[in-house]
Amino acid sequence: MTLSPPDSEAGSKVSEAAVSLKGFSFQYQAHPAVRDLSLEVQNGIIHGLIGPDGAGKTTVMRSICTLLDVAEGSVSVFGLEVNKHRTEIRSRLGYMPQRFSLYQDLTVEENLRFFARLFGIPEQEYARRRETLYSFSRLGPFQNRRAKALSGGMKQKLALSCALVHAPELLVLDEPTFGVDPVSRMEFWDILHDLKKQGSTILVSTAYMDEAEKCDHVTLLHKGRILLDGDPARILKNWTTNIYSLGSDAPRELARFLASQPEVLSSQFFGADLHITAKEEIGATKFRSWQAQCPSLRKWEKIPAGMEDIFLELMENDQDR
Amino acid sequence: MIRTVDLTKRFGSFTAVDKLNLEIGRGEIFGFLGANGAGKTTTIRILCGLTRPTSGRAEVAGLDLARRSEQVKRSIGYMSQRFALYEDLKLRENLVFYGGLYRLGPQTSLNKAKPYLERFAMERYTDELVREIPPGYKQRLALICALTHDPPVVFLDEPTSGVDPQARREFWSVISDLAASGKTVIVSTHYMEEAEYCHRVLIMRDGISAAQGSPAELKAAHGVGSMQELFLLLASGE
Ligand SMILES: Nc1ncnc2c1ncn2[C@@H]1O[C@H](COP(=O)(O)OP(=O)(O)OP(=O)(O)O)[C@@H](O)[C@H]1O
Ligand SMILES: [Mg+2]
Repeated sequence: MTLSPPDSEAGSKVSEAAVSLKGFSFQYQAHPAVRDLSLEVQNGIIHGLIGPDGAGKTTVMRSICTLLDVAEGSVSVFGLEVNKHRTEIRSRLGYMPQRFSLYQDLTVEENLRFFARLFGIPEQEYARRRETLYSFSRLGPFQNRRAKALSGGMKQKLALSCALVHAPELLVLDEPTFGVDPVSRMEFWDILHDLKKQGSTILVSTAYMDEAEKCDHVTLLHKGRILLDGDPARILKNWTTNIYSLGSDAPRELARFLASQPEVLSSQFFGADLHITAKEEIGATKFRSWQAQCPSLRKWEKIPAGMEDIFLELMENDQDR
Repeated sequence: MIRTVDLTKRFGSFTAVDKLNLEIGRGEIFGFLGANGAGKTTTIRILCGLTRPTSGRAEVAGLDLARRSEQVKRSIGYMSQRFALYEDLKLRENLVFYGGLYRLGPQTSLNKAKPYLERFAMERYTDELVREIPPGYKQRLALICALTHDPPVVFLDEPTSGVDPQARREFWSVISDLAASGKTVIVSTHYMEEAEYCHRVLIMRDGISAAQGSPAELKAAHGVGSMQELFLLLASGE
């Protein structure tokens, strides 16, 4: 069992992908989950998987973790076929499924220690990691509470801590921040970046588009296919649609008004603001004429695309969702 | 619609909800915000009549919780933080089962659910076993199950956690329609943009009320530009 990622062979392995899917298809009963998918996860990066519910993210992750029988196409991890090298692959990766089970009758500390032993973490190393993990999870004061008495988000954070107690070569995390509060979510991403610095490769799925922006590479799956793939910073920079953020005291009324304006491709609520997308630039004259017809419009501003804008735009364009 | 007076819940020596005072009116969308473990779910479970407070009082839909918790249970809808669906039943059967709990006949349950199934584009899953459908769709189903009996008060505990960005907006459009039709909605969330869609919010910290008010009011009072900033300021307790 590998305790820490090998750094010595980095030179020879740097070009080889940690994960490679080629023409992979999979179906559950009648439903195709993934269709003819080809995807690579490069070594040493944080690779995000996003997509609408049911897009096939979990299927991709399960195939990588050797939990599915790959019949169509191929899936390999560390250059090894998942069908043939289950044991070796499993010993080198860490997987946190969407619904991870803790030992409900063990305390927080007992759960953590259990996983540390399972992964063969030396006592000293454990003491160090434990501190980092408690500071992220804020579960320190509740070390002696049984897992079953934790709140939903606290359970999720404990499960995450158990998954992060070792630093495997490849870490596969399926919606790790489900139900995690905003402060802990930020700290969790700091931990992921630390793990990456230590040499781990991380594949992570998320419903949070701000998290997708924190990845080095992101793949948007839709209906089992890839709709978008690349470095998020570059994707955002090269996005061509014009996006404006509009402020209004009656956003729903404004949205109704804008629906009848031919310039507006779509409008979406973003907290207190409304984001609209448009093919052409919209000038101040236009905005003022809208304001005359819909006085609740207070302000407008052209903004760079965010991953959530892009996600919504792509989904909007796909009619028969 | 809801009123609490010094509502308190202790587990042994630990106080999960500490003298909470709330007043929530008819047709309000009332948000519960707070860090993990702040006491949101505990408060919701008390108000749903699922657990008794250690001390303090609460009234829900005009009914005193201490004396009429059975009646309270029937006048509310509750979507719990973790799915309470029957994984081995079909989607359709879950709807019939939940409707039945509130004395709706099978056909009525399905008819009531139909517009929502359309709205969430999930009719294709009607005859699927729940365990076969993606988690985000289970969540849509759990929401529908909480609504088919037309309750005047609805408690939604993190309805949108783990749901995709487009579907989250559909959830909120349902919520705002419910409120517009006079229903009272209590909803917890960890998405700070969603806090903006609430008429008023409660920010809980270690069981106490750290702040209550409309998002605009609270942002102005604390001199911050967003609910995210407000959360960082008030909820983490540092
Ligand atoms: N049966 C119990 N015994 C002991 N402590 C409990 C029990 N149930 C809940 N608690 C504690 O009460 C506190 C509040 O939990 P609650 O579930 O209300 O939090 P929450 O605000 O809903 O958090 P989250 O955002 O994670 O869902 C937590 O510290 C939790 O561990
Ligand atoms: Mg909760």
